[in-house]
Order: sequence, then C-alpha cells, then structure tokens
Amino acid sequence: MTVLGYRIPPVYSLLIWIALWELVGQKEWAFIIPPFSGVIDKLADLVARPDFQAAALQTFESFVVGMTAAIVAGIAIGFAMGRNRTADQILGMWVNVFASAPLSSLVPVLMLLFGIGQTTIIVTVFLFAVWIIALDTYAGVRHVSSSLDEMAQSFSASRWQLYSKILFWAALPEILAGIRMGLIRAVKGIVIGQLLVSVVAFGRLFRTFSDNFQFEEFWALTLILFVFALGFSSLIGWAEKRVEYYAGSRI
Amino acid sequence: MAAVNDGARSQAASRSEAAAPGVDNIVEVRSITKFYGLDVHALDSVDLDCPRGEMTTLLGPSGCGKTTLLKIIAGLLAPSAGEVRVNGRPVTRPGPERAFVFQDFALLPWATVLRNVAFGLELRGDARAGREERAHHYIAEVGLSGFETKFPHELSGGMRQRVGLARALAVDADVLLMDEPFSAVDEQTRRKFQEDLLRLLDVERKTVIFVTHSIEEAVYLSDRIVILSPRPGRIQQIIRPEISRDISPDDIRRDRGYIDTVEEIWGNLRKYLE
Repeated sequence: MTVLGYRIPPVYSLLIWIALWELVGQKEWAFIIPPFSGVIDKLADLVARPDFQAAALQTFESFVVGMTAAIVAGIAIGFAMGRNRTADQILGMWVNVFASAPLSSLVPVLMLLFGIGQTTIIVTVFLFAVWIIALDTYAGVRHVSSSLDEMAQSFSASRWQLYSKILFWAALPEILAGIRMGLIRAVKGIVIGQLLVSVVAFGRLFRTFSDNFQFEEFWALTLILFVFALGFSSLIGWAEKRVEYYAGSRI
Repeated sequence: MAAVNDGARSQAASRSEAAAPGVDNIVEVRSITKFYGLDVHALDSVDLDCPRGEMTTLLGPSGCGKTTLLKIIAGLLAPSAGEVRVNGRPVTRPGPERAFVFQDFALLPWATVLRNVAFGLELRGDARAGREERAHHYIAEVGLSGFETKFPHELSGGMRQRVGLARALAVDADVLLMDEPFSAVDEQTRRKFQEDLLRLLDVERKTVIFVTHSIEEAVYLSDRIVILSPRPGRIQQIIRPEISRDISPDDIRRDRGYIDTVEEIWGNLRKYLE
C-alpha cells in the first residue's frame, strides 16, 4: 500500500484498521462494534475462564482428530485417483461434487447420524477438509513426470519404494497446498459445526455471547479463532516454503 | 530404391552378422513388432544384435520407433510380438544388467547430486556408506567433483545429464541404454560431453545402445550405426564408420572417413524428408 507516495508495510495497514475499529467503537457508531481496546481487555479475561479453556481444548481435539483423518484419507484418495483409472472414474465425480458442495447443509444430517456432540464436530471437520486435499493430491500425482516413473521401474523399484521415495515427494508441494486449503476449510467447518450444534464448546460460548449482547467477548473469541487459523496456515506455509526450492523445477 | 527392399537386404545382412562365429552378442532382438493401440504401427519385425563392449546407435527420422525399441530392450515397454534377450535371457522387465539414461534426465529434484547418483543403489537396498562411496567415485568420473551437495536445479542441463550418466554407471550394469541423452543440452556442452563419454567408456568397457537423431553424433560416437526407416520402423541399413579412434577428437571431426560416413547417411535419410 502507498499513501502520498510513501510505501507502507502491510503490518502498518493492519494498525490503521485497528485504529479505525477503535475509533468506531469509541464513538459508539455501531452497537455491535465495541472498541478494540475493550475487546483485547476481554480477551485476556476470556482466556483465563475455565469454560473457555475447556471449550478450546475440546475444539482443538476435534480439529486435530478430524484434520489428521482428512489428511490421511485425502492423500490416499488422491493417490488412488491419480494412479488408477478405475478409482479415478469411480471417485472423481464425487470428490469434485463434495469439494464444491455447500457442506454446512449436511451438518444437521450429521447430527442425526452421530448425535449432538464431539463426534459430529470431528466428522464435520473431516468432511470440510478431505475433498480439497484429495483433489490437490490428485493434481500433484498427475503432475509427476512419467520419466521419473520409468526411472524407478528401470532400477526395479518396488511399489512401496515408488510411492514413498518418488511419488510422495514429487507431489508434496501440491499435497501441502491442499492441506493448507483443507485447514482453512476445517476452521470454517468447526465454527459452523459448533454453531449449528450450539451446545458444544465454542458454539455454546458464541451463542451465549450473542444472546446476551456481550459483543466484546464475542469479538475476542472471533479474534482467537482468526489467530488460530492464521497460525496453522502459516505453519503449513512454512512447510511449503521448505519444498519451494524444487516445486518450480520439477519436470 | 524402395525402403522395403533396403530393409529386407540389411536384415539379411544383420542375421548373417549374428551367425558369424566368435561374436558375443549381449543383446539380441528377435522379430520385435510394436503397435500402439490399433492404428499406430511403431516397429515392424526388427532383428538386431549388439556385440558386447560396442556402442550401437539407433538413428532415424523422428517417429521411426527408435526410442520405442530402446524402451522395449530396457523392459519398460512390452513388445506386441517378438523377443529380446540380454545375456541369453529373455527380457520381460527391467533388470540389473541394464541401466537407462533418460532424455529429460529423470533426476529427483528434491535430492542432492550425491543422493541422485546413489539412487539406483538405494533402490537396490545397498547400505548408505557403500552406495555413497560408489556415488563419489562416479561423480568424479563424470567430472562433477565438488557438486555433491548441489541440487539439480542448481546445475546446467549438461551437468544434470552427467548426474544421470553417473547414476546409470553406479549400478554397474553391463548394458547402458541412452535415450537421446544430449538432445536437451546446448551444442558446445554436447561436444564436450560426447568426448568425455568416449573417454569414460574406454575405461568402463560397457555395451551401449544409444538413440539419437543427430547424424554427426551417431558417426562420432558409434562402433555401429543402425538406421531405421520411418514408421513402421524397420532396420534399413547398418553402417560401421571406418574411423580410427586413436586420433584426437578434433581430428576425428575432420577425418575423411567421418565426413564420408555423415554424407552417406544423410544421402540415405534425406529421401524421407522429400
């Protein structure tokens, strides 16, 4: 961003928005927007509350379990589709449908299937993340040059060696991109899931805060989730950087 | 003269060569035919023998099936009919007595030069210390000492192919199969590489089957040049360049025999372009 010919680093643009937020809050222009300083105050209180800590732990647990399952299943589906025509024909259409479908509408059905509780949240996280991971893995596997395949064959590599020493690494940049997108979707999934179920973890807190017009707490919780999503996504971004040196030079 | 007659004649010639006593043919190709799908007839009943320790070049217009033939010998492609024998045993899949050098190098972009060169040995299950020692030796042989920890994207095209060659040499196969190894390399590098390859093969005593579309490259490098006709590929002629290998590389390129052979092959191949 440039203002009056001066280049302003991105972090300062964030500060400008925060200042604007503070101004809107202080002037009480919109009752749902309390001053930023008040939100930060409440954030400190919120983090210390036992019900928040329990909710955070439960949310984190659902997230990790659902996400791990989505990574494992997504990579497996992507490899199956990328390496096997039949699997591609059988799964391809469904994976594409689910990757673009509005999955939030499925959450009530999941509640019927898995009950009102953590299982539903885990399944929601899984369903939000798995398809994009599968699609990106598929793209990565299809992108592997056929001569690497022939090279492995020419040295009589076993199937396991072909997958673990060549195909996985060759597709890794796409797999990581898929995981990063999956993570972002999973954060959405967990919030939507918990809001719809609304009696668990953050969903209950969100519901309580908005019902009681506790907008400072509400925004504090939203901020925490933003930071959480950003943190995870930067972690994957960092891993992506580590494979960047060969991502562009693959043939 | 019709190509078919030509083909028939030289196949007869190559058969009589095979029958000659005292010639140890490490690779024997028998009536290899290859169809891709129903329409594309890539190779038609090819017979060929490659004597041990010699460099045989497959030369021909693009689409004549020379790479197909090489990949069938490698066991990477199955023929539609016919048989390939290496060391007397029929080929059904790749084996340790053959090593392949790829046109596009086929290096692991995430692995160092050292690991790439040792990769054939790694797949074979050799212990790390042993395979890295061998890799160091062949990295030096191809002139890449000091580049062990570099990654492929940090190397020039010519250096990448040296890595590909070192990897093929490291597994100590009897037969090197090289698929247009210098086609992605610029002209100056290519000449230097050709000279180095001849010097290296003098030491390593390998049998080489080499695919190229460059007449000069074929004549400069080969003991025997096998000329294939356009699709469906048949053996059209086999030439032994009469060039003394004792003279310097530059003198070879000025040698009467070298120039005449290039001209002869060009005269033979140009009819396919008209």
